[in-house]
Amino acid sequence: MSDVVDAVVVRASGLRKEYGKGEGTVRAVDGVDLEVAAGETVAVMGPSGCGKSTLLHLLGGLDRPSDGEVWLAGRRIDRIGEKALARMRRSAVGFVFQAFHLMDELTAVENVELSALLAGSSPRAARRRAIDLLDRVGLGDRAEFLPSALSGGQRQRVAIARALSNEPAVVLADEPTGNLDSAATLEVLRLFESLHEAGQTLLIVTHDSRIAATADRLISMRDGAFVDETRLTGGTSGSLGALAGLEG
Amino acid sequence: MGRALLVFRLASRDLRRRPVEAALLLVVILAATATLTIGLVLRQAAADPYQDTREATAGPDVVASISPPLSGGQPADRGELRAMADESGVLAHSGPYPVVGAKLAANGHTVDVQAEGRDTATVRVDQPKIVDGSWVRDGGVVVEAALADALGVSAGDQVSLAGHSFRVVGVAVTAASVPYPEASVYIPPDLPHGSKLPPPPEDLGLVWLTGPDVRSVAGQSDSLSYVINLKLADPSAASSFVAGYAPANPPPGTQRSELPVGTIATWQQIRDDASLLVRNEQRALVTAGWLLGLLAVASIAVLVGGRLADQTRRVGLLKAVGGTPGLVAAVLLAEYVVVAIVAAGVGLVVGWLAAPLLTDPSAGLIGSTGTPPLSLATVGIVTAVAVGVAVLATFVPAVRAARTSTVLALADAARLPRRTAWLIAISARLPAPLLLALRVAGRRPRRMILSIASVAVAVSGIVAALAANAELGASNFGSSPQLDNMRTQRLGHVLVVICVMLIVLAAVNAIVSTWASVLDARYASALARALGLTPQQVSTGLAMAQVLPALVGAILGIPAGIALIAAVDPDSTTYPPLWQLLAVVPVTVLAVAALTTIPARIGARRSVAEILQSEHA
Repeated sequence: MSDVVDAVVVRASGLRKEYGKGEGTVRAVDGVDLEVAAGETVAVMGPSGCGKSTLLHLLGGLDRPSDGEVWLAGRRIDRIGEKALARMRRSAVGFVFQAFHLMDELTAVENVELSALLAGSSPRAARRRAIDLLDRVGLGDRAEFLPSALSGGQRQRVAIARALSNEPAVVLADEPTGNLDSAATLEVLRLFESLHEAGQTLLIVTHDSRIAATADRLISMRDGAFVDETRLTGGTSGSLGALAGLEG
Repeated sequence: MGRALLVFRLASRDLRRRPVEAALLLVVILAATATLTIGLVLRQAAADPYQDTREATAGPDVVASISPPLSGGQPADRGELRAMADESGVLAHSGPYPVVGAKLAANGHTVDVQAEGRDTATVRVDQPKIVDGSWVRDGGVVVEAALADALGVSAGDQVSLAGHSFRVVGVAVTAASVPYPEASVYIPPDLPHGSKLPPPPEDLGLVWLTGPDVRSVAGQSDSLSYVINLKLADPSAASSFVAGYAPANPPPGTQRSELPVGTIATWQQIRDDASLLVRNEQRALVTAGWLLGLLAVASIAVLVGGRLADQTRRVGLLKAVGGTPGLVAAVLLAEYVVVAIVAAGVGLVVGWLAAPLLTDPSAGLIGSTGTPPLSLATVGIVTAVAVGVAVLATFVPAVRAARTSTVLALADAARLPRRTAWLIAISARLPAPLLLALRVAGRRPRRMILSIASVAVAVSGIVAALAANAELGASNFGSSPQLDNMRTQRLGHVLVVICVMLIVLAAVNAIVSTWASVLDARYASALARALGLTPQQVSTGLAMAQVLPALVGAILGIPAGIALIAAVDPDSTTYPPLWQLLAVVPVTVLAVAALTTIPARIGARRSVAEILQSEHA
């Protein structure tokens, strides 16, 4: 079997993640099969502890599965070495976390250019790209601010800009609005909408139905397994704010 | 280029974010590098002042003396010395000059001296260089510069030599004799028949008079010894030249009748004896440099371990955005290597500037020990030690961080403590603070071992310093114990400096280790308080967690110190008094207890609810 798959950006097959041994074994992810096509936005919903975040970590190469296959940007990643995995995360994935995870000692622009510098871009090119991205997320005037001087929504937008820094094949977002108020949530939603319109592949894990409603496809998860899948006709092409119930 | 910038940026920003820890690191490595630099500079410095003096005084390659036969009643046979001067390979000579032993009294001090009778004219071999006043003339004495310095006399002062009054007309240096207080012995001591040779005097000076004045001091010419200075065509062949002559230094205990009537020494022997003081300091400082280096490793390892516990999320983030394990390790190593290089640079300068303060060759030799430039080897050794210390101490935590699960690191989960079942079982029967102490100590065995090692290294250095001090105290200072003895004074200063630095570094270690334990055990401490322990019980437990390893380290440090003495000075038989050895243990434990109390108290007073809510572990 070839290790290269085209058109599908993310693919998981028989994915399983177990913790513990013997009778105490916990299956955080239990036999998940998933395909995310290029340009598609997929939302995964479910109650706390159902395995959403673990699934995201497995798909992004942050964690290794107990069993099953993970393909990312056409390459199987569940059995590659740590160094190669790091390179994949650098080039093919952009992460957005609930807790933002910005480097406190770096300014906004320095945080954004982090991935590009890691990927070997020249400092000048990395900086140019970072400034462009900050402009794109509406924070061009906050480039030299430290994270501590930014609001929650602004921090998350910096994190999204960082996730886009290396033009990843897929952006994996783990509860991206979990720490935000309504206004900030709207800012982030608008940003995701523009990313979707630009053809960026997105996989968003959330328990916020307003976010899920913006996706092309909604997957429900319970006890580590997918229990339902819905293709949303509205997607993000409608009035996002109205759909998400955040405006008016 | 981009990655290098990133590594530099992350390292420098983190250092700026934690200036106190960066300063502590700098101080720790600086102490080790400065001490090592002084020791290494001393190795160079030991020979230079003698060499300068030798050049300025046309120093001899061989100095030989002859004394009257032991049977008495006969003058010394100068023919033997003259025959030496006629040997092939001898380019020039001065002498033989008459020498007599006498007591010199000045400024309330009395010192044994050898008075050498010289011509008033300048000679080609061993012409002492006048540093004050003028050369000998009748009725005037020229005093060897180190002796003049110790007695506090200068040109124009009046002194008494064997009851005869002389005016000090000059002060001079020579390369033909070791400077005061250990001047080269030209003449055997005046001992009654049947007595045995005592240890060589450690307080012997040298003065120059005119020949007639020496004869007047001696009283009868039969008692005069003679000394000759020879210049060889090949100075490096001095050892083979003297090989055919009688041994110069009979061992203590030799019967008077067995004493040789002549002495002979090469310029290399004189140089080595002249540099003895500096060599002892150098040996002590190089040893201390290595000990401080070991302490620095322990300090940095604990510091880095503590910092990394605080950097878990940062490591996870770096890995999440594509940092390879190698890059994560590089970022962490870069931080400490940069500090180490800065500390090495500053340590080299500080050590180089401080060396002359400890190695001033005194008035006995000319030149300055501070002037030799830092050799490339010294710079290389000190930098390598500093960087090596940083890498050694950072390597394990850096590799551990690089291998940490990204997901766990992002969740900022505390590193899981080690479970030591037997320790938990034993501690269950102990009072609450001791129970907490044993369990906190047992959570991080590596840190506990570092704490034990740190205290053991400091205590072994202190035991060695106490032994050196005891040896100095047991020294025989000859006829004028009231005189300041440079060797005692200077070595004493060096030992004090070494002890202070060892204690400071060990104290830094204790505080840093306590704080790392406080942070590491914050959840366990909060839980213990939630279950009913008072803040005082918790702080006592946290402090005890440092005191227990300190006790073990102090006990281990005593035999380690004795082993260190044996390794550094195999000839030494002097050990510190038993009471001092016994006192080291409780004093160390009390000091550690005092040092750890404050960080332990701070740790025990943090809000229980806040800690329990914020902990994910």
